[in-house]
Amino acid sequence: MAIHWFKYASPASFYGLAGRLAPWFAAAAAVATLVGLYIGLVLAPTDFQQGDSYRIIYIHVPAAWIGMFTYLVMAGWAAAGVVFNTRLSGMMVQALAPTGAMFTFVALWTGAFWGRPTWGAYWVWDARLTSTLILFFLYIGYIALRASIDDPRRADRAGAVLTLVGVVNIPIIYFSVKWWNTLHQGASVKPGSSSMATVMLAGMLVMAFAAWMYTIAVSLVRVRAIIVEREQHSAWVGELLDARAPDDAPGTSGGVAGSKGEKAR
Amino acid sequence: MAVLRRDLLLTLRRPAELMTTLFFFVIVVSLFPLGIGPQPELLREIAPGVLWVAALLASLLALPRLFAADHADGTLEQLALAPQPLSLSVFAKLVAHWLTTGLPLTLLAPLIALQFDLPASATGVLVVSLALGTPIFGAIGAVGAALTLGLRGGGVLTAVLVLPLYIPALIFGAGAVEATLGGLEASGHLSLLAALTVFTLAFAPWAAAAAVRISLD
Repeated sequence: MAIHWFKYASPASFYGLAGRLAPWFAAAAAVATLVGLYIGLVLAPTDFQQGDSYRIIYIHVPAAWIGMFTYLVMAGWAAAGVVFNTRLSGMMVQALAPTGAMFTFVALWTGAFWGRPTWGAYWVWDARLTSTLILFFLYIGYIALRASIDDPRRADRAGAVLTLVGVVNIPIIYFSVKWWNTLHQGASVKPGSSSMATVMLAGMLVMAFAAWMYTIAVSLVRVRAIIVEREQHSAWVGELLDARAPDDAPGTSGGVAGSKGEKAR
Repeated sequence: MAVLRRDLLLTLRRPAELMTTLFFFVIVVSLFPLGIGPQPELLREIAPGVLWVAALLASLLALPRLFAADHADGTLEQLALAPQPLSLSVFAKLVAHWLTTGLPLTLLAPLIALQFDLPASATGVLVVSLALGTPIFGAIGAVGAALTLGLRGGGVLTAVLVLPLYIPALIFGAGAVEATLGGLEASGHLSLLAALTVFTLAFAPWAAAAAVRISLD
């Protein structure tokens, strides 16, 4: 069994697997997005308290969930990288970080748009908002650290240490922020505490599934780009690029790696 | 122990660096009354936060002193090769660093608290909270400083990495002083802060040692 588990830890074999899996996850994401938006925007009734502005939860809540979840997945890959010293783990952490940061930012952004009509303010120092903001800072820290280290292996390991230190701190930060807020004053407005209608919940869950599938698909595509960029000196990437070169216009084989490399940033 | 003695000696032989950190603290704190206005009630209200944030920033600026010079002259490599565990050496460096940064900041704080018209009880809590909190700044900062050794834009990068992780210490530390100002018991905040200090001191040297090793090869 052990052989099967580690076969795909090699970037060369994972490259193919990721290429085969990515379209499926992308298709699942597209279908789930359409279904979720249909449920959310057409089937779900207008909320009697918040009007139509509540519909932003179909983006906001999935984004917030995936933003948090992605950091945990990153930490899991980072731990795997520290334990097994596999190159792929670092690449996966690198591939996940931009998507996680994007979703966290989307959660903050849509939350501000929802907060304005509902709470009357774009931003309040609510415990949940603050901890999401700090989570965003942690993503930015990881990306900044990664960007300033030229040696990718060193960047992998430094990023792993940072991610793991961050994940240990997340519960501490979360509770400290929560206590900080409640010690000062009770939150004046709580996010829709009324029980949710089944249709709304279904829409939200489908959208969360879509966001999850999207994250997997994008990370797989991104990790393929990272693999090609980092392993470009190895024989199999050379063969891959050579095999692809005749299809493209002459002289673009270098351009393939280059454009993919840009996408990876 | 030898590391501790050596680091202390090195810092004390160059007192200007130490003084710069302290004066940075004093100057930053003095900027707030100038920017906000001299109303005593307002100043008393913001004093805990301002003093804590200023102490945090001063500790942040002192972080490069932890490893940078030793990294440049190869001492750090020798420490990594030494038979003693590197995390122990890092811990000794942290103690030396705290004695020359955190402790002076803590001792200086009551003087500045006078400028902000803090009552004596709150000043006492401020000193205790800073004494508990500054080791956290050093210990978490050590991880960030070690990760960014020899990198472009090291200082700013260190700040981006460690500032989010400082937030719990800031909340409990400033919260303790604020609670005292508001006539509440500060012991809850202080206990949490102490727990955080113990937790950080137990694990951060370990992570910092791992980070030092990464930066060395």
